[in-house]
Amino acid sequence: MADVVLKNIRKSFGSVDIIKGVDLEINDGEFTVFVGPSGCGKSTLLRMIAGLEDISSGDMIIGDKVVNALPPKDRSVAMVFQSYAIFPHMTVRENIGFGLTIAKTPKAEKDLKVQEAARILQMEHLLDRRPSQLSGGQRQRVAIGRAITRKPEVFLFDEPLSNLDAALRMDMRMEIGKLHHQLGATMIYVTHDQVEAMTLADKIVVLKDGEVMQAGAPMDLYHHPKNLFVAGFLGAPSMNFAVVNVEKIEGDQITVKNDAIAETTVHVQGRSFTVGTKATLGLRPQYLSIADERDSCMMGTIVLTERLGSETILNIKLSDGSTMIAAIADDQIFKIGQSVGLTFDADRAHLFDELPSASDAAH
Amino acid sequence: MATKTSLTQSNISGWGFALPAFALMVTFIILPFFFALWFSLTNQRLISPNPAKFIGLTNYTELLSVGTILLEPERDAQGDIVRTDDGDIKYPRLRNFTRKNPDYPAIQGMQEWFSWQTGPNNEFKRVILAKDVVFMRALKNTFVFVLVVAPLQAGLALGLALLINQKLRGINIYRAIYFMPVVVSIVVVAFLWRLIYDGNNGLLNNLLGAMSFGWFEPVDWLGQTSTAMGSIIAMSIWQAVGFHMVIWLSGLQTISPTLYEAADLEGASKWQTFRYVTWPGLRNTAVLVLIVITMQAFGLFAQVDVMTNGGPLDSTQTIVFQAIERGYGKQDISGGSAISVLLFLIVLSISLLQRYLTRERHS
Repeated sequence: MADVVLKNIRKSFGSVDIIKGVDLEINDGEFTVFVGPSGCGKSTLLRMIAGLEDISSGDMIIGDKVVNALPPKDRSVAMVFQSYAIFPHMTVRENIGFGLTIAKTPKAEKDLKVQEAARILQMEHLLDRRPSQLSGGQRQRVAIGRAITRKPEVFLFDEPLSNLDAALRMDMRMEIGKLHHQLGATMIYVTHDQVEAMTLADKIVVLKDGEVMQAGAPMDLYHHPKNLFVAGFLGAPSMNFAVVNVEKIEGDQITVKNDAIAETTVHVQGRSFTVGTKATLGLRPQYLSIADERDSCMMGTIVLTERLGSETILNIKLSDGSTMIAAIADDQIFKIGQSVGLTFDADRAHLFDELPSASDAAH
Repeated sequence: MATKTSLTQSNISGWGFALPAFALMVTFIILPFFFALWFSLTNQRLISPNPAKFIGLTNYTELLSVGTILLEPERDAQGDIVRTDDGDIKYPRLRNFTRKNPDYPAIQGMQEWFSWQTGPNNEFKRVILAKDVVFMRALKNTFVFVLVVAPLQAGLALGLALLINQKLRGINIYRAIYFMPVVVSIVVVAFLWRLIYDGNNGLLNNLLGAMSFGWFEPVDWLGQTSTAMGSIIAMSIWQAVGFHMVIWLSGLQTISPTLYEAADLEGASKWQTFRYVTWPGLRNTAVLVLIVITMQAFGLFAQVDVMTNGGPLDSTQTIVFQAIERGYGKQDISGGSAISVLLFLIVLSISLLQRYLTRERHS
């Protein structure tokens, strides 16, 4: 098993920079998830670790070796692709044992390792089938089996669950989680699905436009997002952003308000603000609650309700025309057009010193 | 929304559009096919005052009848073998047996096709006779042509396709160069190659002479039985190789690039990648290419017609050349038709056999 260290890794195609200097340390045995919107460079970064893409500059270290110039096979990595990349003309057994066939491993040893992988993935009964006779989830399991038999130091997953339907995706997600516990290997996993990221990761790396926005433990990122992008990207429904005026500063207690939101005091750490400037107030839908008019700090009309059973999502239009999404616990019935008051937990509100751009609002 | 017009919806207009092409195909492909079947069972001539008569399978027996006879050496009064002045064993003349000899009814009217020495001390001569020796030679030549051209052309085309299937600057120029002979009429190409193969001042002789510093003696490539067929084979392979290269290329491009990446990660060498990824992925293409080459090769005509006219000494006679020679040259339309029908049966059975041999085997 091995650490993976990226030092100022860059990648450019001609004059276009895809990866703009990524520094990252992934510890031995850690499950790291690269997450970000499409085109953020997360797959490219993974492929650079695998050796399928050249590194324009910087150092890539796996174990104690700088692997920049090494071909994929010498990096001790195994990769699972989104499209499975299993060989259609081979049986499951041949697919799982492919790496061993290539390495000309003796048959007895190969059979043993294939059996072992099949046992771990609970697919011993499928060994003589062909990929065309398998479901999507089973195919992905074959691809994972092929990775396991190589006994790599680092497992790489490139959106492995994207081609599966929702129910299967959840099953496979749990299986991959279990597999990580069982093998204890370093795993790097790329996804655009934040649920996969939050549930699987020891460490999440949020990427945007080829740069690391924030890296850290999932709950760290969720509760203490460094910037608007990370705040908006993690959590469903996404965090509400409201542009507010800074009214008063008392130590780390900042009082803000705008046309729709009454004066509120928020606790802030590590960011500085100036009275009279604008800031962005971030409110997670889950921490908004319905209140009486006199207790509430904002008023609005319900535009849409979505009842999910365990919670109710409200789309509320505030008095200044902006939109606020609230996730109310339990199944509650609201009428469209109904006027409601909202309040929120000030301890769980975030205040950012940047203003939202169109791309932050998109998530 | 586009409005549904009666023109695009009505069944009659659909048939109306298909009718011209359908009529042409019926007139020039389907009808002639059945005409040929019928003519081959009659004694129809191209132009004749006499009405055609149904003669059953006579045309076919005329073409295909073969026989054999064992010739014993002539012996003198003492019982010794008579030898010619050169020391060769003297045998009775064949025509004593094949002309008006009621003791040998099966070989009446036949001629020697080929023979070999046999028996103790190689005294006897086994002679294989055929009623239509020219057709037999044409049959043999065509099979030799197919057996040489099919694997060589398919293999060469695959090699070129693999070379062409790379992302290199200016690769399209190479594609164009290799494909160019396909676009030029075969008659023009054959005429040019007749000049190249010329015995006195041909390009090939000059080239070989220059490369061997005059050591190479000029060869009349098309004028001697030992080189004529080989010359036509070489030229034919060169002419159509580009076409099959394009078919291989399309097959290569259907193979998913992630399969190559997966093989790369497993450390497959170039040869292993070809063996485990490329070749299995080309299975259907291979069937197509082999069948197309085989059918084209059996149709060998234009090159022979332009370059050698079947000569020298029937060494480049082919089935189609014979069919046309007979049907139009000798005005024996029924004989030509019988040859066409035989060719059809040969190509059909070989295609079916190839399909069977290259079928996908399910475990």
